[in-house]
Amino acid sequence: MRNFKMPVEFVRDAVAGNNETLRNDSHHQTNSTAHKKAFPVLSFNYDHVRKPFEISLWILLALLMKLGFHIIPTVSNVVPESCLLIFVGLLVGGFIKAIGEEAPILDSKLFFLYLLPPIILDAGYFLPIRAFTENMGTILVFAVVGTLWNAFFIGGTMYGVCQIRGAELASVDLLSCLLFGSIISAVDPVAVLAVFEEIHINELLHILVFGESLLNDAVTVVLYHLFEEFSHAGTVTVVDALLGVVCFFVVSLGGILVGAIYGLLGAFTSRFTSHTRVIEPLFVFLYSYMAYLSAEVFHLSGIMSLIACGVMMRPYVEANISHKSYTTVKYFLKMWSSVSETLIFIFLGVSTVAGPHAWNWTFVISTVILCLVSRVLGVLGLTYIINKFRIVKLTPKDQFIVAYGGLRGAIAFSLGFLLTNSKMKYMFLTAIITVIFFTVYVQGMTIRPLVELLAVKRKKENKGSINEEIHTQFLDHLLTGIECICGHYGHHHWKDKLNRFNKTYVKKWLIAGERSTEPQLISFYNKMEMKQAMMLVESGNAAKLPTIVSSVSMQNIQPRGPARRRAIPSISKSREEEIRKILRGNLQKTRQRLRSYSRHDLFIDPFEDNVSEVRFRRQRVEMERRMSHYLTVPANRQETTPVRKVCFEPEHQVYTYDDSESPRGPTVQPNPIPPDAVSLLSESPQRPNQSGAQRAKVPDEQEEQDQLKLSRCLSDPGPNKEEEGDGSFRS
Amino acid sequence: MGALQSSPGQHEYGDLAEKTGFSFRQIGVLHTRFKQLSHNEETLQRDHFNEIPDLACNPIRAQIVGAFFDRRNFRENGEGTVQEIGFEEFLVVMSHFRPPSLHMTQEQRESVRREKLRFLFNMHDTDNDGTITLEEYRHLVEELLSLSETLEKNTAKSIADAAMLEVASISMGHMEPDEFYEGITFEHFLKLLNGFEIESRMNIRFLRMDTTTLCK
Repeated sequence: MRNFKMPVEFVRDAVAGNNETLRNDSHHQTNSTAHKKAFPVLSFNYDHVRKPFEISLWILLALLMKLGFHIIPTVSNVVPESCLLIFVGLLVGGFIKAIGEEAPILDSKLFFLYLLPPIILDAGYFLPIRAFTENMGTILVFAVVGTLWNAFFIGGTMYGVCQIRGAELASVDLLSCLLFGSIISAVDPVAVLAVFEEIHINELLHILVFGESLLNDAVTVVLYHLFEEFSHAGTVTVVDALLGVVCFFVVSLGGILVGAIYGLLGAFTSRFTSHTRVIEPLFVFLYSYMAYLSAEVFHLSGIMSLIACGVMMRPYVEANISHKSYTTVKYFLKMWSSVSETLIFIFLGVSTVAGPHAWNWTFVISTVILCLVSRVLGVLGLTYIINKFRIVKLTPKDQFIVAYGGLRGAIAFSLGFLLTNSKMKYMFLTAIITVIFFTVYVQGMTIRPLVELLAVKRKKENKGSINEEIHTQFLDHLLTGIECICGHYGHHHWKDKLNRFNKTYVKKWLIAGERSTEPQLISFYNKMEMKQAMMLVESGNAAKLPTIVSSVSMQNIQPRGPARRRAIPSISKSREEEIRKILRGNLQKTRQRLRSYSRHDLFIDPFEDNVSEVRFRRQRVEMERRMSHYLTVPANRQETTPVRKVCFEPEHQVYTYDDSESPRGPTVQPNPIPPDAVSLLSESPQRPNQSGAQRAKVPDEQEEQDQLKLSRCLSDPGPNKEEEGDGSFRS
Repeated sequence: MGALQSSPGQHEYGDLAEKTGFSFRQIGVLHTRFKQLSHNEETLQRDHFNEIPDLACNPIRAQIVGAFFDRRNFRENGEGTVQEIGFEEFLVVMSHFRPPSLHMTQEQRESVRREKLRFLFNMHDTDNDGTITLEEYRHLVEELLSLSETLEKNTAKSIADAAMLEVASISMGHMEPDEFYEGITFEHFLKLLNGFEIESRMNIRFLRMDTTTLCK
């Protein structure tokens, strides 16, 4: 039988579309049944899915590794994730080499175009603007002057080292050394993020090191291209040096300009997306990516462009897009940056095993030592100068952390990889990899115990306090006013002018609808209330809330009027107490962890265990139904203030109305309440002996007249009216 | 620090320098500004402040101006308000905004913090009863939001209520439903703004003042 060959021929024919063969086959078919084709039930064709298959496999491997590390808690406490990932990369690379395959190297194009942008965008979009601008001068000095100092010091000294006879390095000339210095000198944002995320130091140090790592990209780009051009030419003249300086300004400012333009475009586009909410996140991503690519076209600093785009876009986009889109943007950015980072480190490990190396003891050792020395000297010297201009001086402890946090990473490797001169390329690459390993492993692992040893101030937890926001604004205005009185055009004066310009002109153009005139305090307040509402939804079983529960309620702070008509309690005192306790436990929180600094977890999900799936799902469906209006239409936030009431379980009877008060008299009609009504008091749904379910559905107008507009809690009935409201979330 | 200028009343600067901690040069510049604001008179009145054009668009200008005439800020343990102030009082009020010096002990830093927070507290506590009541807090929030055209009365109230609730929760912890939280006392205020780092934020850079660039 020709069964065995038939499937192959069939496939070939199908692919080739060979009429003649087909005709032959059909001819055969009509002729003899003995030659009937067997339909290929199972065939194997790997080639045409090879590329996406391998990419997916790599990503999956990376993520499984990440998963593994977090399941084993002991290891992840001691060793930062980046170290583990590089180690895995080494293993994988070794494995691939062992089976004889060609290992994929961290291709520069792959790195710069696909792996790096998500991380930078994530960093730039969520950059803490206030801290960044307050320390801008310091950051710029570290980034520009510090990197220049590093590059020239390392380059120059390496040249001196190369001149030592017996080191076989005589072939390395000054320009190559300077080129090498410029590659190795830059602090790497990916590595810094990976390590600093886990140690949670205070915001100032974090933003100093991180900001420096972002802004030094311009310097690196200029120096790299400068020395690479010149290493071909052979000599450097003064004119070239001057052109280099000009180039630096062009690169950095141009990058920022490109980013800002795309950012404004993105903000403007988001103004019109109210009818197509689903694609809103895509605009954010695409405009930012385009900004990066456009900057790269002109050899401008892509990183600075990306940062400028994110920073520029964010306030306006966030005012325009729906809450779901905002969550999507946040999640996607964090997801992509997480994956990218993991892949980068794994590939770094693989490339170490794969690439050809040229080990030269003198070169490598001296590189490592020089990197450390130049970093320390640079930080010390610059801080001495900077402290003369700072109000909050940098203590020696701070300086140590800043110096110690100067990690090198994959950017240096990729830049080294781009070198064309293969003679010294491998030696350089080896040295770069050694430095990277040293900084990531030695410095990365020891920084956490050092931080604890030196008792460096940690990040303070309590963000999102409305009082702090009020006082921050108050202080801004106060200082601006005092500056006016002093007659001094200072920092605050210009910031105030910028804010006013922003409010009167820019916001009108870029923000849709009424949000454009919303003061910052109100948007902050709305955001906080929103977050709290979401938290309440998520934590159906609120007994698990790991927060300080305070029993202070609205009633305690309302001034007592003389003629307050209290509702008549019709249940026992003890029952009342119980209910109050339940309400307080469920509804009040004084500490909210709104923005966790770690990039990899967003919501502290208090909903851990012990809640039945069914009830949770029911609650969620109900909540979402109610909240969907609010969530997708943020523009109507101005009309009424947030009113949130709790819906009681039908079995609970808390109060009845005083006759004169209630709009519908004493008899509260028993509404046909389904037994699975939404309840935020999930503690006590099973109280069968509470009979006489009474629930008053309060009309919405009544709520508006209520004095308790705000309810962080609806603890007890308010002073005037009584609500057993149904939960209606309105914004 | 700074070069000694040959200005007339320099011997009196010594007292002021000691009292407020400013340098001679800073005092000189501020004196020039004082004379400019008061049209070369000896004392400043509230109207003089209202003439500053840039101050007009500040939402809390009333409170800022009020702070200058509030005797509680003169470091003499006085109370009440005055109608006009001399240069010394002007300087004393300004001294609240001096940056802390580099070498300070923890105690000194703490006392600087208290002083600055006391200044803020006095600004909020307009009726001088030692507590910031809910009404005063509401007034504060309304002022902050007064620049916005589309202000809802209720929004300001809710924000103030939320803030007050937060203070009460932080300070009191547990309260019976019948109890009433009178208002924010100074101690509660300190506790509330504990993490605020006021000593590094509430500062003006007096160093770089130059008489030629004084705004009108």
